[in-house]
Formats: sequence, C-alpha cells, structure tokens
Amino acid sequence: MSNPTSTEYETYYVPEKSKMAVMATIGLILSIYGAASIMNDMTFGDPTEPTSSWSIFLCGLFFFLATLFVWFRMAIRENIAGMNSAQLKKSYVLGMYWFIFSEVMFFFAFFGALFYLRNLAGPWLAGEGDGGRMNGILWEGFEFSWPMMQTPQEAVGGAVVQPIANNGSFTSAETSMAFAEVSHWYHWLPMWNTFILLTSSFTCHVAHLGILDGNKKKFNLWLGITVALGIVFLFLQVAEYYEAYALFGLTLNSGVYGSTFFMLTGFHGFHVFMGMTMLAIQLVRSLRGQFTADDHFGFEASSWYWHFVDVVWVFLFLFVYIL
Amino acid sequence: MGDHHHGPAKGIGRWLFTTNHKDIGTMYLWFSFAMFIMGGFFAMVIRAELFQPGMQLVEPAFFNQMTTLHGLVMVFGAIMPSFVGLANWMIPMMIGAPDMALPRMNNWSFWILPPTFLLLASTLFMEGGAPAFGWTFYAPLSTTYAPPSVTFFIFSVHVLGLSSIMGSINIIATVMNMRAPGMTYMKMPLFVWTWLITAFLLVAVMPVLAGAVTMMLMDIHFGTSFFSAAGGGDPVLFQHVFWFFGHPEVYIIILPAFGVVSQIIPAFSRKPLFGYDSMVYATASIAFLSFIVWAHHMYTVGMPVAGELFFMYATMLIAVPTGVKVFNWISTMWRGSLSFETPMLFSLGFLVLFTIGGFTGLMLSIAPADFQYHDSYFVVAHFHYVMVAGAVFSMTAAVYYWLPKWCGKMYNEAMGKTHFWISFVGFNLAFFPQHFVGLAGMPRRIPDYALQFADFNMMSSIGAFIYGASQIMFLYNVIATIVSGKPTSEEKVWDGAEGLEWTIPTPAPYHTFETPPKIDSAHAHS
Repeated sequence: MSNPTSTEYETYYVPEKSKMAVMATIGLILSIYGAASIMNDMTFGDPTEPTSSWSIFLCGLFFFLATLFVWFRMAIRENIAGMNSAQLKKSYVLGMYWFIFSEVMFFFAFFGALFYLRNLAGPWLAGEGDGGRMNGILWEGFEFSWPMMQTPQEAVGGAVVQPIANNGSFTSAETSMAFAEVSHWYHWLPMWNTFILLTSSFTCHVAHLGILDGNKKKFNLWLGITVALGIVFLFLQVAEYYEAYALFGLTLNSGVYGSTFFMLTGFHGFHVFMGMTMLAIQLVRSLRGQFTADDHFGFEASSWYWHFVDVVWVFLFLFVYIL
Repeated sequence: MGDHHHGPAKGIGRWLFTTNHKDIGTMYLWFSFAMFIMGGFFAMVIRAELFQPGMQLVEPAFFNQMTTLHGLVMVFGAIMPSFVGLANWMIPMMIGAPDMALPRMNNWSFWILPPTFLLLASTLFMEGGAPAFGWTFYAPLSTTYAPPSVTFFIFSVHVLGLSSIMGSINIIATVMNMRAPGMTYMKMPLFVWTWLITAFLLVAVMPVLAGAVTMMLMDIHFGTSFFSAAGGGDPVLFQHVFWFFGHPEVYIIILPAFGVVSQIIPAFSRKPLFGYDSMVYATASIAFLSFIVWAHHMYTVGMPVAGELFFMYATMLIAVPTGVKVFNWISTMWRGSLSFETPMLFSLGFLVLFTIGGFTGLMLSIAPADFQYHDSYFVVAHFHYVMVAGAVFSMTAAVYYWLPKWCGKMYNEAMGKTHFWISFVGFNLAFFPQHFVGLAGMPRRIPDYALQFADFNMMSSIGAFIYGASQIMFLYNVIATIVSGKPTSEEKVWDGAEGLEWTIPTPAPYHTFETPPKIDSAHAHS
C-alpha cells in the first residue's frame, strides 16, 4: 500500500531554499560575540586599551535586523501573492501562540525569583526559622522588610566590612517605588502607566474590531492611538528610572529590591518597546493597504503580543509596586 | 511556488540554504555526532586523569573545564540536537506531512548551533580558561568566582535556548497542524507523541534557563545581587531557577528515547505496542510531574523539612508512570515473535540499563538517603545510566533502525551487533563500578581520589575507553553503509515495522507526501 492520495486536500507549499537562515545566523552570532566582549571589557578589561567590541556588536546587530526585515518582507510578499494556504496560515498562528507562551515562562522565572527572595530568602537572612542561623554569623543586625531599604551588607557596616560582592557594593535605596502619599497620588507614575497600558489594550481591541468590519479608517485611527500610548508609556518609564536613579537612590546595585525592580520592569519595558514597534509596523502596512477584513494576521499577532505585555504589567503593578 | 518536484540542489548551497526537513535532519544528526565525539574526547581526558590516583595528565583547573564542557557539550550539543534531527527526519514521514510546518525557521534553528558551539569551545583558549564550574553552573562559582569566559558561555546558552525554542515551536506546529487527514492524535506513532510533549517542555523551560543566565549576567556585570546574600539575594535561588529548567530538561532528553524504543520493540516483537493509550498518558504524567520535583537535586542545601518531604514524595510518584512504560515494553515482547537485530539489541540494552538508572534514581529521591549519596560518584553512575544507556543507546538504535530507510542501503549487521556488545560491556564496565565508589564516598568532579578507590576507577577508565572506541566502529559502519552498503529497495525494510514511514519508497524520496495520504484504521499507531 503506497501513497494513497486524497485530492480534496490542497497541496502543501514547501518554500524554495532560502539564504535567510544563514544570514540571520551571521548577524546573531556577531552581535552576541560583540555584546559579550563589551561586557567583558567593562568588567575585566583595561579601560585604556581600545577594543573593537562595539563595532562588532553594532555591525552584527545591523546585519541581524536587516536580515529580519528582509525575511519578514519576503513572508509578507508571499502572503500578498496568495502563496499561503489556509494550513500554512494556521502554522503561523500556532507559532505565535507558542512564542508568547515561551515569553510567559521567561517572565515566570523573574516573578518566581521575586517570590522566593521576598517570602523565603529575605526572612531567612534576617534570622527566621531553621534557615536563619546565618543571620547571627554573617548578617547580624539585618532586618528584613519589603521593599528592602537596607541591604545585609550595609546592615553590617557596608562594603568595607563586608566586601563579598561582585561589583563594588550593594548600597541601599533611600526611597522605594511603592505608593507613598495619598495627597500626592497623581505623582505616582506606576498608576498612570497602568492606566495608559490598560487603555492601550482597549484601543488595540477597538482597532481590531475596525479591521474586522473592513473599516480601515477606524483601524488606522485606533491603532495609531495604541502606538502613541505605547510611546507615552515608555516615556514615563524612562522618567521613572530617572527618578529612581537621581532622586530615590534606587539603582541596580540596591540589593535585591533594585535587582528585581529593574529586571522585571526593564524586561517588561523592552517588551513594550518590541510590541509598540510591531504595532507601528502594522500601522505602516495598513497605510500601504496590506490588510483586509479577513487577512490581517500580522496585526492580530502583534495585538496578541500587546495584550500579553499588558497582562504582564498587571502582575507587575500588583507584585512589584503594590504588594 | 514554482516547481518543487525537484531533487536536492547541488553543492554546499543545498545544506546552507535548505528548507527540506530531511536535509536539516541529516545536518542535525551529523552535527550531534560531531559533538558526541568532542564531548567524548573531553570524557576520555577525564577518565585518563582518573585512571590512577594522584595527578597524572592535567591540572585541576583544566580538569574542571573538562567536566564542565563534557556535560554541556553532551547535553546541549550531542543528545538534544540528535533527537531534534530524528524529529526532523521522522515526524513529517510518520504523520503524513510534506515537511515541517515552518521550514525556513527550521533551517535557522539548526544553523545557529554550530557557531554557538564553536564559540563555547573557543572559551578553552580564552584568558582564564573555559567555564570550570560544572555543567550546572551554580552561583557563586559561576558569578563571583567565574573566569571572564563566562560571559561568552552565558550568551551561548541564550542562543542554544533560542534554537531549542524555535525547533520546538516548529515541532508543535507540525504535529498539531500537519497531520494527514485521519491521523488523529491517538493514532500518532508514539515517537511523535513523545516529541510533542518534549517540545512543550522545551518551550516551557528554555525561557526559564534564559532567565537564570540573564540573572547571572546582571550579577557579574551590572551589580545586581540575585545570587549574593550581601545584597539580600541567595545563591540557592540560582539552584531553584536552574533546576526548574534542569529537571524537565532531563525528561526532554529521555522522552524522545522512550518514543524510539516504543517504535522499535514492537517491530522486532512483531506485535503492536502493548498499552498504547497508557503510554501516552504515562508520558504526559511524567511531563507534568517534571515541573514539581526540581528541588530533589538540592536536598542538602538546607531547605525546610516540608520542602524536602514534598519534593521527595513528588519525585517518587514519577516511578509510577515510568513503571507503566517499562511494563508495557516488556508486555509488548511477551509471546512476541522476537528477533535480535542491532536496533532491537540496543533497545533491549536501553530497557535493562535505563531501568537500573531508574532504580538508582529512586534511591536518590529518598531525601535522608540522598544526604549520603549527594555529589558522590553514585550520582554520576545514576545519570550516566539514564543519559548514555537511556538516551544515547536509544539514539543509536534509532540510527540502525531508520538508516536503511534514509539511504536505501543496509548496514553491516555483524558489525552492528559487535558494536552493541562492545558498547554494552564497555558502558557497564565504565559506570557500574562508579556506584560502588560513590557509595563508599568518592566525590564527583575531582581530579584525584583516595587510594581505596583505585581499582574501581581503573576499571571505569578502561570501560570508558572501550565504549569510546566502539563509537568509531559505529561511525565506520554508518559511513560504509552510506558509501557502499548493500542496496535495498523494500518499502518495509523490517518485516515487523509499522507506520507511514514504511509505506514510502526506500530510500525515502527528497519530498514525501506532497499530497497527504489517507489514514485508514489499519494504520492506527504502530
């Protein structure tokens, strides 16, 4: 019994061979080599000695991004030319679903670290329970609270007394990012950011309803508003970082409070930047007339990503700022 | 669209620019074998140093680099890519698909591997040497006290994760979306099932590994204190994040191996697989449990007793679905018409030795007992029984089983059987004595040891050299088959084999199933 065929099933399209994979590899490897070299120059290198790390990194990154641009353009052109079967389109949908799932797990690692540090490691360092004996030996005087306003190192007298740290010393923040004063509630940037991001998820959805109706004007308008809200969010995030560094003394060196705060909000901010860029590209594509009521996967995928970033923020707001 | 009824392109471009699942699978397989040789060479250095007590050949610092790179290269370079290569070759042919769902991305997920391993290997020649903190790279060894090459290691891990995630998304999309009409989920060959679940595990945990190395990167270069108590962090946090990845990772390695033997044992027993449904559910249960047992790698770090107990009982639970599987494989052979060609021999070797590895795993799962076994050679023996006799034996079985289908030529059976017996003896000679020295207290990851362990270590080293050398015979047999093997054009190379891949011509044409086959009930899972 060999190869019984069924004619009602369409023939699947296997793309021609493509240079994209190798080009993207060259760009990617150059950029990670450059990035690693930059960091090693910074931490282990001799500052007087000039290196080519930045040039390698930037060349690699440019090459990588250019390749991705060409790759996506090719995929879009294939779709416009009608080469994509319904089955292939579903593969793209599945690809995006599982990509977003992998992103969820990436944030899960950092939220898990936050949970562990706040609820287990911190109290142990302060002497709680069986795990707490180290407090009397190494960190006498350290008391745990969250946000952690004094690092164990500072509690025992700072980097001079307790020099075990990777990169200088772990200083303490003066002010945390938590909600401070009811009378000045409107100064609290995270609240505005929450408001902006939730609104942008809503406007993104309105844009989606627009394209489903075939109403391109509505689509472009609300998509434009979404992108603009994304930019405002990023702007406020930068302002918040400035506030943290310049006014609050909260930096990456501020113990685990600074570490978790900047890593969680930083990666989230980066994902907002990515999502905003994706949506902006969809806006450009829409203005070029590439979307129809029943074929706008590029936008749909970007909007899922945008909603995902929004959901992450809700958790961030809850666990990083409020609780 | 053009005409895609053509054969492979000519020259190097065929491999660099290909979108063909068979080409990509072939590249994965050859690459992983090259890494197997490289990682094996590192292992030979380790065993040569341990041949006798005292310092013989290498400095302790270099010895540490060898153990680290051996583990990393074998796990991420040899075993994982070999099964991805097998998935690439076999899954489309097993489910009646023309190719993988996303062929260009497929090529990319392969091509980022070789330069990444080149980068990782090049750390050997960097100032301060290669990473020397073990393949589990615990902080603060891998942060505060790491050589500068750790940064390149971290970025390599990021890229390996990217490759795995893309490869897995591709496999999930292929299995969910590309099955031929009538190929329902519960008709899929078990190899496809195990890979679907493996791919899910990979997408779930590779990002967590990326998170772990990112925290390392920030601690080393940007002053964060995730793993430093001076800033309120905890080195044990690293172990939690790492093993949240690491435990599913070991099932990522072994589940496809389960799939392979579930194809081969029925073929050479000339009986359908016993308990197909329970095999699927057992695989899914193992995958679920793998997420809630990670801290059994860390019993001795000072967890609260409640944690020890939870992770101990959860770990023991895994023995249940695993026992179901072993029972089913044995029941498949019960009253079967058995024959013992090389793939079957390796599968039986897998069955016996993996079960031994499973039992030692059960011993290690007992928290109070683990305080004795922890970080001893007993652990080394345990996981080599699972990784080598489990994953590598089944991979070897898979190559012998499907090689005739791939290249239309028959391998030398006598040499294959010889390869098996030498491997089997060499492997057991290498790793069985390690149980004893481990129980007697010999710690792992050291270049020197107390005199009373000398005899067993010498046996171990001799066994390792034998096992290593037998792989050259394997390589020779495969190349000789491809170059000058006895041609075969039978669709069903093995008379007991079942499944769609045995309905297409031999050797498998460059493109298969351009229009999907119709699956009738006779084709219910092999």
